[in-house]
Amino acid sequence: MADVSLHGVAKSFGATEILRDINLSVDDGEFVVFVGPSGCGKSTLLRIIAGLETVSGGEIRIGSQRVNELPPADRKIAMVFQSYALYPHMNVYKNMAFGLKFAKTDKAEADRRVRQAAEILKLTPLLDRKPRELSGGQRQRVAIGRAIVRNPSVFLFDEPLSNLDAALRVNTRLEIAKLHRDLGATMIYVTHDQVEAMTLASKIVVLNQGRIEQVGAPLELYRSPRNLFVAGFIGSPRMNFIKGQVLRVSEGQAIIAFAGTEATLDVRPDGVKPGDHVTVGIRPEHMEVGGADSTSLRGTIDAVEQLGESSYVYMRLASGDDVIVRAPGETEASPGGTYTAHVPTRALHVFDAAGLSVLPERF
Amino acid sequence: MTIRPGRIAVHIALILYTVLALGPIFLILINAFKTRRAIFADPLGLPNGQTWTTIGFDRVFANSDFGLYFFNSLTVTVVSLVLIVLIGAMAAWALTEYRFRGNTLLSLYLAIGIMVPIRLGSVSILRMMVELNLVNTLTALILVYVAQGLPLAILILGEFIQQIPKDLRDAARCDGVSEYRIFFSIILPLISPAIATVAVFTMVPVWNDLWFPLILAPGDGKQTITLGVQQFIGQYVTDWNAVLASLTLAIAPVLVLYLLFSRYLVRGLTAGAVK
Repeated sequence: MADVSLHGVAKSFGATEILRDINLSVDDGEFVVFVGPSGCGKSTLLRIIAGLETVSGGEIRIGSQRVNELPPADRKIAMVFQSYALYPHMNVYKNMAFGLKFAKTDKAEADRRVRQAAEILKLTPLLDRKPRELSGGQRQRVAIGRAIVRNPSVFLFDEPLSNLDAALRVNTRLEIAKLHRDLGATMIYVTHDQVEAMTLASKIVVLNQGRIEQVGAPLELYRSPRNLFVAGFIGSPRMNFIKGQVLRVSEGQAIIAFAGTEATLDVRPDGVKPGDHVTVGIRPEHMEVGGADSTSLRGTIDAVEQLGESSYVYMRLASGDDVIVRAPGETEASPGGTYTAHVPTRALHVFDAAGLSVLPERF
Repeated sequence: MTIRPGRIAVHIALILYTVLALGPIFLILINAFKTRRAIFADPLGLPNGQTWTTIGFDRVFANSDFGLYFFNSLTVTVVSLVLIVLIGAMAAWALTEYRFRGNTLLSLYLAIGIMVPIRLGSVSILRMMVELNLVNTLTALILVYVAQGLPLAILILGEFIQQIPKDLRDAARCDGVSEYRIFFSIILPLISPAIATVAVFTMVPVWNDLWFPLILAPGDGKQTITLGVQQFIGQYVTDWNAVLASLTLAIAPVLVLYLLFSRYLVRGLTAGAVK
């Protein structure tokens, strides 16, 4: 078992900067998810931790040891690849035992570990099969089994579910969560799917264009996104953004005008000045909550998507902003009509012109 | 099922080509078992009770060191083949897997080796072999054939190695497998169809070659089969029975190896095109 820490890690390919100044610490036994759009550098960061890529700067420590110069095999890590990367010419048993041969594990011990991993992952009846005779989900389990038998301190997962169909993805997600509880090992998981991130992580790292945008527990990121990028990335459908302006600021409160209405909110003391242009963010699922201290937004309906348990109403406000509202499943709303959403003030997010949140931290 | 005219035309073309390609081999085989008179009277006829004879084979075994020629050819071909496949695969792996200074330059240099026939350098090669004291040795032939076969082998094998997912090598590296082990335990088994392709492509020209044995190893005891056969072809008299018999014997091993490899050969040639 080990913690992982990155200090000022940077990576460039030629003149292209992939990662810059990454500082991160992962505690022992933690489940950390790197999430971000494609090309944000999350997979590269994982491969750097694995030792498959070298860094252009900075330091990586696993346990208390600096591992920059160590080859992957000596870092006590095991990696599960998106493509599974099973050796096609070996059966399931050999796939799992292959790495142990070179780790100088004695034969009986290796056999015991493979059989135990197969037991955990329900692979015992498949040990003699070749990878091509397995389904996608089974291959994925073999790949995880190959990681387990190495008995690593840190598990690294590179988008392990993206090749599976939707139902299997949910299943495997649960299995990975269970595996983490059972093994208690440190796990680092890369995905572009924010649902996977929210459900699996004890800590999410949001990456964008080679930088860390925010690090925090899933709900922390959901409730208090630090900037526009995180606000838009976490949550589905994404947060609505409406242009607004600060009217007055007094005693830690600001009055903000947006979409033809006004709201008074707590802000950080140095957050905004009167006259500042801001972006107001509201999650679709918070637009219908209403209650005391709430503000109403009216608009014409462009489209309605009915999902059964809820409906998404796409409407255009008088101010010209397009927003999505999550309405009850049996909404009467229909395209062409008007719709009024009731938004509680405490559900509003406000970001300054640079895209940073001006709200006080709230959990 | 309806058969389109296009398909019939394709099949006719293929059948004609097959006849054309197999015809000479068939002619050699049937005439090797006929008397000299029958060979000239009816070259296309099958041997029958009157014309059947194995005198050609008897003469080959009695008048020449056929076993030795055969052994020489086999040694040269097999050793060249093993070296080409081994060195070729290792070079292809290095050129595709590792980035290093001069990588592109080296690949280009090898590509030139495919474009320029090695026979253009015959004079220099002969001079070099004389200086190295390698004339009239099988080593000289093997060295030349390895040089001749490597560029194409590296090109074909490199293509195949590139198709092996990068994740596989990374997974092996995470497993603590050394680079040599990755090559021998993972890369080699996965490119075996390509190796069969390369083997066939290199084996046939090496086995059939007359040029280099003639200039580099014409001496007694070092002759290969193609050169050995020449002694039955004279300026005034040619012993056709013996020539055809020894050619029949020379074809056999290539044919057997080809049949063994051909299953992989087809797979190897189409593996890249059809996923």
